[in-house]
Amino acid sequence: MLLNIKNLTVAIEGKEIIKNLNFQVNKGEVHAIMGPNGTGKSTLAAAITGREGYEITGGEIWFKDKNIVDMDADERANLGIFLSFQYPVEIPGVSMTNFMRTAINAQREYRNLPPMSAAEFLKQMEEKKKLVDIHSKLTNRSVNEGFSGGEKKKNEIFQMALLDPTLAILDETDSGLDIDALRTVANGVNALRSDENAFVIITHYQRLLEYIVPDFVHVMYDGKIVKSGNKNLALELEEKGYEWLKEHTLA
Amino acid sequence: MEKDTLQQTLPLDDMLIGQYRQYKDLISKNDTPHVRQLRQNAFKKFEKERFPTSNDEQWRHTDVEALTGDSYINELQPPDSEKNIEEMFRCDVHNFDTESYSMLNGWHSGNGESLKTLPEGIVIGSIRAAMGAYPEIFEKHYGQIAESEGNGFIQINTAMMQDGVFIWVPDGVKSAKTLQIIKIINKEEQLFVQSRNLIVLGKNSELSLMHCDDSVDQHASLVNTVTEIFVDEAAHLEMYKLQNLNDQSALINSTFVRQLANSTIKTNTLTFNCGLIRNNIHVRLDGQGSHADVLGLYLMDKEQHIDNQIRIDHNVANCTSNELFKGILDEAASAVFNGYIYVARDAQKTNAYQNNNNILLTPTATINTMPFLEIYADDVKCSHGATVGQLDQEAMFYIRSRGISAANARLLLMYAFAADIINQISIEPLRQRIDDMVKKRLRGELSVCEKCVLHCGAPEKEYHFDIDLSQL
Repeated sequence: MLLNIKNLTVAIEGKEIIKNLNFQVNKGEVHAIMGPNGTGKSTLAAAITGREGYEITGGEIWFKDKNIVDMDADERANLGIFLSFQYPVEIPGVSMTNFMRTAINAQREYRNLPPMSAAEFLKQMEEKKKLVDIHSKLTNRSVNEGFSGGEKKKNEIFQMALLDPTLAILDETDSGLDIDALRTVANGVNALRSDENAFVIITHYQRLLEYIVPDFVHVMYDGKIVKSGNKNLALELEEKGYEWLKEHTLA
Repeated sequence: MEKDTLQQTLPLDDMLIGQYRQYKDLISKNDTPHVRQLRQNAFKKFEKERFPTSNDEQWRHTDVEALTGDSYINELQPPDSEKNIEEMFRCDVHNFDTESYSMLNGWHSGNGESLKTLPEGIVIGSIRAAMGAYPEIFEKHYGQIAESEGNGFIQINTAMMQDGVFIWVPDGVKSAKTLQIIKIINKEEQLFVQSRNLIVLGKNSELSLMHCDDSVDQHASLVNTVTEIFVDEAAHLEMYKLQNLNDQSALINSTFVRQLANSTIKTNTLTFNCGLIRNNIHVRLDGQGSHADVLGLYLMDKEQHIDNQIRIDHNVANCTSNELFKGILDEAASAVFNGYIYVARDAQKTNAYQNNNNILLTPTATINTMPFLEIYADDVKCSHGATVGQLDQEAMFYIRSRGISAANARLLLMYAFAADIINQISIEPLRQRIDDMVKKRLRGELSVCEKCVLHCGAPEKEYHFDIDLSQL
């Protein structure tokens, strides 16, 4: 099992957001997590990726047979976890190129690999740019600075492609995207899918799942996964709305 | 002369006053009548006003008494020893060919002549020698813009100055190489060093200048430098000040610039290390169409203190100025920024921009930043901004989530912050070297070492970083 979350409880400033959650992901799988606002989807992403301020008050997160609960964000990334941010951060003064080269070489160092040569790095950049149809000029700019909403999301997938993670968590990557950008992003993700990696896609809407077809769909409500199923669950949710879910779970 | 008779027990001002009275003739030995007169006037003012204290508004945030209450040695004659500065100290920046002029403990040093004319026609040398050799230029400019009202440091500099650098760029002449002034402090005793510089750029001339203040040991010193710069019509000055002195040193640095029509200047004050630094930069835009870029970067830690006092006077119409100072303060470092823009009544169409940005890395680091605009014209654009912040925690997480360590993420963000200033250095080899120095400084690896500030380590040795920040 790639990711195994056992009885996870997460609090922010003393308030419990995730309550006794269990969740498993195997290599080769794509999981979608859906649910209304404020049910803890992004908190789950933050807990897995090691964001500070998210206090794990109970449970365990196992990744590649290691309990990662006490690991820093950078070590988790080096182990192969990637987060596509809901709100990618602008970093003026740090060029995309230098940022990515620094990140790749940090990850290579962690895996006892020599730094990637400049030539190889440039080759990789060119390849992955094509994958998400990103303009060359964007990679010469500072990280996300002045990027449009769509460009920022494409840039997340571009970074994911370069870093080649084992587990990628896409936190509302579809929000704010027009249909063309959505398709581009989905095509990028599909191209990267393999038997060796896995994806967790957090989304409100079924729309993205038309392009990235999940193996499993889970519904979160009030800090827990209340329902799991196959891709048809997403359609059912879309049709009946989250109110149906509330009645269903409360019943 | 008995150098040490007065210095041992008296506070600095009393010591200097006694020294002036006793050795007046020696002090003015090479003077023209003009210079002698200025000395006398300045001394009278100093006797009355003395050094400023932190009760003075302009010095409110800087512990100046700690400096002036101490005792120092002030040398009135060049040292006897023939220490060859060029042997103890070589500055080789790879691919950067400079014309250098060295001073040791405030005195002209080295084997070269004390005044020389470069092939393109620029005259550079000791101000002592220039007084006699170029009396017309000297009289026309010396003491004209260094405002001594209420500033004892300038008064005592004018009263007792003995050496410094003189540069004259005649009309139409452009410097072929960057001129580098290297000032080294190296002395067992606690020294008070005064140095006085006069820089004159003729019409349509160009000068690229680098002014390095370094110390090469860990002894304490107080350096009081006054520089007057005159930039004639359509002339261009580019000046880099590099400040890298030890933690026991204090530097009071006053620079006055007067610009005539269509002239441009760019000054960049880069402070890497020093116990206490006060930079006064006062630019007067006295001719229409003139422009000043006044930039600075300070990277301080421990209990270091930096005080930048920048004043730009828009005295006539159609001038522009751009002021940007950025600082990173670590541990218990403290900084002051005072940006004063004055726009005279008839200085219409003035465009003045001022910004001061700071990052405080610890809760014990402090900054006092004070923009001050005084505007008497109505058709002007003036803006100012000041920010004080910590490293952006969102950005920290974003960078770390890609696998970059906390230490390197921090370095990346600090470097990005500083890069704004570094990227405005237009001499490429110098930009690269300063870039390296900033990285070293941010990593805490830059020392006040035995070599020039630009030359830490072996010649041409590439400094290797974990983070490759070089452009691909």
